[in-house]
Amino acid sequence: MKAFTYERPGSAAEAAAAAVRTPGAKFIAGGTNLLDLMKLQIETPTHLVDVNNIGLDRIEPTDQGGLRIGALVRNTDLAADPRIRRDYGVLSRAIVSGASGQLRNKATTAGNLLQRTRCPYFYDTDMPCNKRAPGSGCAAIGGLNANHAILGASEACIATHPSDMAVAMRALDANVETVAPSGASRSIPIADLHRLPGKTPHVETMLEPGELIAAVTLPKPRGGVQLYRKVRERASYAFATVSVALIAKIEEGRVTVDRLAFGGLAHKPWRVEQAERAVAGSDAAADSIADIVLAGARPAEQNAYKLPLVRRTLSATLEHAREGASR
Amino acid sequence: MASVHMETNGREQPTTRAAASSPTLAGEEIRGTSTPKQEANRHSVQLRVNGQLHAVDLDPRTTLLDALREHLHLTGSKKGCDQGQCGACTVLVNGRRINSCLTLAVMHEGDAITTVEGLGTPDRMHPMQAAFVDHDGFQCGYCTPGQICSAVAVLDEISAGIPSHVTVDLAAPIALSETEIRERMSGNICRCAAYPNIIEAIRTVAGGRP
Repeated sequence: MKAFTYERPGSAAEAAAAAVRTPGAKFIAGGTNLLDLMKLQIETPTHLVDVNNIGLDRIEPTDQGGLRIGALVRNTDLAADPRIRRDYGVLSRAIVSGASGQLRNKATTAGNLLQRTRCPYFYDTDMPCNKRAPGSGCAAIGGLNANHAILGASEACIATHPSDMAVAMRALDANVETVAPSGASRSIPIADLHRLPGKTPHVETMLEPGELIAAVTLPKPRGGVQLYRKVRERASYAFATVSVALIAKIEEGRVTVDRLAFGGLAHKPWRVEQAERAVAGSDAAADSIADIVLAGARPAEQNAYKLPLVRRTLSATLEHAREGASR
Repeated sequence: MASVHMETNGREQPTTRAAASSPTLAGEEIRGTSTPKQEANRHSVQLRVNGQLHAVDLDPRTTLLDALREHLHLTGSKKGCDQGQCGACTVLVNGRRINSCLTLAVMHEGDAITTVEGLGTPDRMHPMQAAFVDHDGFQCGYCTPGQICSAVAVLDEISAGIPSHVTVDLAAPIALSETEIRERMSGNICRCAAYPNIIEAIRTVAGGRP
């Protein structure tokens, strides 16, 4: 690990100001991803601003009938919150499908959103990676790319975003509230938080330097059957090859899609609103939805299996909803 | 009231000790901090470990795991992968299990930290330790301290109603099944594959079977 200095401010505004005061500073919350990357010298902050003492660790109702999740709420606490379990089941399901119990106890809401890709070439400092070393090339294109993106990728990067939580938040139309070093706050739709790689895969979000995520807000509950189905290489503690977040309405055995988002397919949670609109009100058929979602998909050499896997996972999820099961 | 145990008497001692010991990667990195310029970047932290307060003087890079092992000489917590994959470093912080390799010691001022040494002793074992012995829940034993700390927390998490990936009904109380235990223990790897006996040990403590 490269040497760094350390401070622990007492408020979000102080933390945001501290992060721009020292060039090369980073926030640290749970630290489960950042410290891993620092040990490998993929992340080399000169200064750490520990945000664990700034509050923002509560889940509170909003005036709009939704919930405001503080940035420092731990993944375990978010998944276990009775209101989340009752009204936003897809979010609870998505969170517990990721990582291990130890990691979820430490990982925070904001940190989960801002975690880096697990592309093996991003992690291997001997290999080219445009995300880690801009301009060095992409070793995954033409390399081991079975777990990589099939949608929204570029000639510069085919990495995926690893979060399950973010996929559920995308389906739920969450908003990300931030505080800038100036003290100004803003609200960013989660659809806009993460960027596609384009020519600058090292720029992963639209956050400005020093801008701190303060909370994630959820709109009022949508109801319906809420499912999260994750396909991975082993039954537990692995990242998704394909995952589906579904909110569906069930009426007399008919399943109508309300919200649908996918993980494991792209540089950000993948949701195609057009697919939701196209099947609105009709009994959902996986293939016709998948045709729309997968339009423009460009698999790499080793991940074309994700095309049929999307169809089958969606089909299985819809079938599960049809059974009226709670998961 | 816990007594304060001073780890060192002088400023130079911690660096000397780190240089003399630690065959680990992190130890190597700590050796690199002994230049005069970087020696100023040290933090005094009070760690409350197993009910005892320890004042330690640390480079901020020191993980909680390295602080426990190299500074406080509590070597029960093990360094397996040092990247949160294996769970051998699992300790309880304020009653919750975490990977001590993926957190900095300076971030834990005032927290109540429990290592396997704090759960029980060879003479007075924690029920989970005794169950691991009774059921042969290990072979080489390297992962065992992490398994035991994790297992103690798993039973608390189930009692607290924290759901897991295999919990069928998010609204109902959680049944303490083998499936639940297996899923919740997936962050603890045992390369000797003592898993069936580990499950038996945990089920015994949970009262799931005689």
